[in-house]
Amino acid sequence: MLDDFMTRATLAGIGVACAAAPLGCFVVWRRMAYFGDATAHAAILGVALSLAFELSIFPGVLAVALIMALVVTQLAGRGYAMDTLLGVMAHSALAFGLVAVSFLSGIRIDLMAYLFGDILAVSRTDLLVIWGGAALVIGLITWRWSGLLASTLNEDLAHASGFDPRREQLILTLCLAITVAVAIKVVGVLLIAALLIIPAAAARVAARTPETMAAIAAVIGTVSAVVGLRGAYVLDTPAGPTIVCVAAIIFAALNLVRFRGHRPT
Amino acid sequence: MTLINVRNLSVAYGANTVLRDVDLTVSPGEIVTIVGPNGSGKTSLLRAIIGATPPAQGSVDLKPQLKIGYVPQRLHIDQTLPITVERFMRLTDRASRNTCKDALDAAGVPDLLDRQMTQLSGGQFQRVLLARALINSPDILLLDEATQGLDQPGSAAFYRQIETVRAQTGCAILMISHDLHVVMSASDRVICLNGHVCCQGTPAFVASAPEYRALFGAGTGGALALYRHDHDQHHDHNRNAAE
Repeated sequence: MLDDFMTRATLAGIGVACAAAPLGCFVVWRRMAYFGDATAHAAILGVALSLAFELSIFPGVLAVALIMALVVTQLAGRGYAMDTLLGVMAHSALAFGLVAVSFLSGIRIDLMAYLFGDILAVSRTDLLVIWGGAALVIGLITWRWSGLLASTLNEDLAHASGFDPRREQLILTLCLAITVAVAIKVVGVLLIAALLIIPAAAARVAARTPETMAAIAAVIGTVSAVVGLRGAYVLDTPAGPTIVCVAAIIFAALNLVRFRGHRPT
Repeated sequence: MTLINVRNLSVAYGANTVLRDVDLTVSPGEIVTIVGPNGSGKTSLLRAIIGATPPAQGSVDLKPQLKIGYVPQRLHIDQTLPITVERFMRLTDRASRNTCKDALDAAGVPDLLDRQMTQLSGGQFQRVLLARALINSPDILLLDEATQGLDQPGSAAFYRQIETVRAQTGCAILMISHDLHVVMSASDRVICLNGHVCCQGTPAFVASAPEYRALFGAGTGGALALYRHDHDQHHDHNRNAAE
């Protein structure tokens, strides 16, 4: 079954969508959308470093994304405006990454594959990495769910109930780095943030509790991956962007339904 | 055994020391109120007690396994976060739907279980916060200016609710308040804070202390007198009605 590249691609897409859904909800609730962008852009630097030191891509990207996320978290606590900080960090990391790639003489790498992903080239090993990472992210978030939610609502409230908001933030940061590292192959650096945010934002319209929002986001992400891949195959379009397009259409459709529903008759 | 024992506590943010040498104890069943001007370190003291701010000096000792019900000063729920009142009630504690319902009934806001938190009025929201803090029968309730944003009748009703809670459950209460007249009527002990403990004792003692008057001025004295006057009259009314 896994011999078929379409099957492997679909499974990879579903894996990333399922990890991105609950994580994306926290990114939306905490207004960390650009945090996801910054971590993803830093991943290009990770790709360059992995190639330079002849490591496999996953640990390199994971390490750089994690360092990036930790630096931003630390600096944000010291009075820098978050959007400025992320703007500086995200684009510097991307620029340094692109420059670093150009120094790699003798290796021709397809940069487009990392910017936009190459889901159709997912191997069995990639699939293992993606599902392992996704399971880890889903496990961590499920385990810490109460603490994460309480910290998101009010840090002092979390403290009073015995949670440590800084530790919860660290867990989110770690999950974000893992998700970026596993998703880079599927949708690429430029569209990872889209897969985090769009399904969660679309799910907000239909959800009444945090848990249902995460579940609906996972369904929307999965549908986007399956329909997007099929669409890419039929229409001969790039796979990663097509998946994101499907998610965006679902977002628009759900909002349209809601606005029509709220219109006074 | 005391629930909270703060000794010689100092709290600093960088080079800025906001609290110096604070001693404070709270015993079971006590209502203790902290008053003080803006920037006097009231919230820092409460945050040090819940462990959100590490002490620069001194110590904060809580009774082992102390169950704290915390009502924050403000709680902003982002529009992107869908959460029903029922789900919010069990944010940090397990509780059945019936337990949540009973807690809301007791807080005077029945029938809210399935409403979204973001759709509540200010008064309903504060009462839900209080009901949530009480759901796990805490040993002590911590309130940080819990009536901010409520009008006079609203905050009066809120404090009546708190007195009822103490009478019914016997839980201790440590609160920060700006409503000085409420402080004077409801507290067992008042602590006047201004970077350090200026004075503390019974409400009547603190009200007459020169340190307190220096901080809150003569205007407050007037308001207090007015309130006491009201209070006496209220009792007279009752007596007349009974006759």
